[in-house]
Amino acid sequence: MRPHRSTFTVCFPETCMELAFYIAAAVAIISTALMLRDVNVVHALLYLIVSLLAVAVVFYVIGAPFVAALEVIIYAGAIVVLFVFVVMMLNLGEQAMTQEKGWLTPGIWFGPTLLAGVLLCEVAYLVVQGGGAQLEAGMVTPKQVGIVLFGPYLIGVELASMLLLAGLVGAYHLGVRTTKRMDV
Amino acid sequence: MIQLLWLIVALPVASALILAVLGSHLPRRVVAALGAGSIGVSAVITMLIATEYLSSPLAGQAYTEVLWNWINVAGFEPHVGFYLDALSLVMILVVTFVGFWIHLYSAEFMVHDEGYSRFFAYMNLFVASMLTLLLADNLLVLYVGWEGVGLCSYLLIGFWYRDPANGAAARKAFIVTRVGDTAMLLGLFLLFTSLGTLQIQDLMRQATEQWATGSWLAITAALLLLGGAVGKSAQLPLQVWLPDAMAGPTPTSALIHAATMVTAGVYLIARTHVLFALAPAAQFAVAIVGAATLLLAGCSALTQHDIKRILAYSTVSQIGYMFLALGVGAWSAAIFHFVTHAFFKALLFLGAGVIIEALHDEHSIFRMGGLRKELPVAFWTFLIGGSALAGLPFITAGFYSKDLIIWGAWSAAQGQPGFWIAGMIGALLTSLYTFRLILRVFFGPIQTPVSKRPGYLMTVPLLILAFFALVGGAMKEPLLAFVQSTLPKMVEVNAAGMTETLSEVVAMLVFLIGLSFAYLFHLQNRSLADAAVAHPTAHVVHSWWFADWGFDWLYDKLFVQPFSWVAEINKADFIDAFYTGIARLTEAMYRALQLTQTGLVRWYAAGLAFGSVVFLALVVWT
Amino acid sequence: MLEIPMRDGLILAGILFSLGVTGLLVRRNLILVLMSLEVMLNAAGLAFVVAGARWQQADGQIVFLFILAMAAAEVAIGLALVLQLYHEFKSLDADALSEMRGIA
Repeated sequence: MRPHRSTFTVCFPETCMELAFYIAAAVAIISTALMLRDVNVVHALLYLIVSLLAVAVVFYVIGAPFVAALEVIIYAGAIVVLFVFVVMMLNLGEQAMTQEKGWLTPGIWFGPTLLAGVLLCEVAYLVVQGGGAQLEAGMVTPKQVGIVLFGPYLIGVELASMLLLAGLVGAYHLGVRTTKRMDV
Repeated sequence: MIQLLWLIVALPVASALILAVLGSHLPRRVVAALGAGSIGVSAVITMLIATEYLSSPLAGQAYTEVLWNWINVAGFEPHVGFYLDALSLVMILVVTFVGFWIHLYSAEFMVHDEGYSRFFAYMNLFVASMLTLLLADNLLVLYVGWEGVGLCSYLLIGFWYRDPANGAAARKAFIVTRVGDTAMLLGLFLLFTSLGTLQIQDLMRQATEQWATGSWLAITAALLLLGGAVGKSAQLPLQVWLPDAMAGPTPTSALIHAATMVTAGVYLIARTHVLFALAPAAQFAVAIVGAATLLLAGCSALTQHDIKRILAYSTVSQIGYMFLALGVGAWSAAIFHFVTHAFFKALLFLGAGVIIEALHDEHSIFRMGGLRKELPVAFWTFLIGGSALAGLPFITAGFYSKDLIIWGAWSAAQGQPGFWIAGMIGALLTSLYTFRLILRVFFGPIQTPVSKRPGYLMTVPLLILAFFALVGGAMKEPLLAFVQSTLPKMVEVNAAGMTETLSEVVAMLVFLIGLSFAYLFHLQNRSLADAAVAHPTAHVVHSWWFADWGFDWLYDKLFVQPFSWVAEINKADFIDAFYTGIARLTEAMYRALQLTQTGLVRWYAAGLAFGSVVFLALVVWT
Repeated sequence: MLEIPMRDGLILAGILFSLGVTGLLVRRNLILVLMSLEVMLNAAGLAFVVAGARWQQADGQIVFLFILAMAAAEVAIGLALVLQLYHEFKSLDADALSEMRGIA
């Protein structure tokens, strides 16, 4: 397939794309790390949004604009917003923050970090071992994605919609009880 | 008619089964009719077969009926078969005939008992097993009958199971006879492995062909069979169970422990007499056992005060006479004594049952008295039975049979003067304790009043048995001649110094001496008896004889206590510890694993992460 | 030509995934736990998209779409449950919800 250059890449050389990739990657990692450490839940949510946006940039750079848009619209724009709604509804306050501070002792980081570190090393090893393939400069357009979605992956789409239906019904059902309890 | 031999055994078996399954739902009359009737029909068939056997002599004087093939394994093919010859015919006649009258008696004796049908089921099963034993044509079927009678003896001794003492007596009987049974089983193994067959007639033939007289194989086999006989017939040293077996109902004591089961040992030795003839040492052992037992039991009988225990020791003593006869080679004399003994001993036991019932369950003779006028039928029949036991000259059957044995003890091929003396002393003791019993129970002042008199079903058997106890003597010559078709005739060898008449005269004298001493001590001047016992040495001897010459104490010290000690040590059951250990290990592992069930979500997530780390490590390194 | 090796993209996914695991194991607040789960799902999706871009096919993006749908459903129900729990126990402590410990 002929490499298709978007208008964006006409203005900047390829190395800038690579730079963009690495900078976005760094931002994602840093903001995720900061998210984990934050005591305030709302702050953590905002860090999460930043992380997701950075990942969206990464998606765009490697030639997947469709999912980049999805990441922003759905992941950062719906799912995390749902989190924000719930946190606001719970109205946690200062006492929650003190509680969180109490929970995040220095000692608590040791075990999980070790475990995750080992996991990372193993994954990195396997990835490196897999051989160095280069990401091509082309872009997979939304049109292509659409054609494939309505073609071979039709059943997957139906299943996903059923899953969302289940989620909808479940959330509604659980939510109804909450209301009743508030009345009592 | 002779083909109906199998019916003799099948009828009691069928009756026992029906009573066992349906008995509790049937009315008492039906149960009694079934129980006694099956034995009665067996007795009738036996008598018909006997007439046929006597009138038309069979080839080889024996009839074999094979019923079915039992086992067929690698050349070992015992079948279930019955063998009828003179010996077994005499024995089944006695067993069915006496058995029938005892069943009839117990129809009334046990009528108030709640286990009525159970009793008759057990009794019928016993008679069936005894008949199997007597009619068996190979040692394996004989052993089946042997075990069957042992089982029924256990069931019947412990019949009133709610009293633990009865259960203990039943267990004691079973365990002691078990010792004998094991010896017998070893004997069967030895016989089979050396001679290759268990068919009795083949065995006897092959033993004479292959074994020299006095060979150690023959002696061992004979001694092992003797062990079994000693156990079942309650001879030295396994006689301890019979006195305690009196805990069972009186008809049981009459049937099993007087007339039939205890004579199984005598039958076994008589059946395998060829083997014993091949092993003179073993035969001598038989005679020694018989002589020692008859003296020992006689002494013990003299000190007892429970009427049934006196009769039990008397049984042990009389079977000692039978063993003595077998041991000296007077085979047919032993069988003759068996026949007469069956009649008068069963009579005595049934009479004792009448007395016990009449005095409302009183067992001690020292609390009885003066029943001569109160229970006349019981008195006269008991007197006849007791005289037969003691050997009242000329008119009782016991006189003839016992005399034959004592004479054989002197004169037969293996006879010794010592045995003759032992027999005479035994006769003196017999006379003493018998008349002690009769005089204490029936004469003197009434101590316990009579509350119940027996009905027809209990008195008619007494009369019939008394009749036979009297006329049995007339059967001596025909019976001996009849039995000699199977058992060798007693050879009179050492007749020096004694004739049969002289022996009989001495026996009569002994009888009279015993009678007079009993009269002196137990009727004329009863305080003499008490004074005699109070004397220090006499008192020690009396207590020693009362406790069966200390055998119970000895066995307790030698076997029971060490066994209890070992069982106590093993209370923790170290063998079982292996299995409980496995269980406890599993439990420990369960508890250890339980610690991982913390219920914390983060803990489970950590588990997932850890697991995936390990899994990936496996992937990385392979 | 872009000179981004695929390996870098996948390592990025790996790092984000490990960070998500760490957050899952460390934080006790239920909302933070759910957020860490989202991070992990996102990382997995990133890996898929990178692989799809390497082959210039739409399949990677399709899978990411499915992951997104699944994450959405899961978050909806998860947050409803969190609300229920908060009303019941008055706290968002994951460790407080440990009644299913030991023998049942």
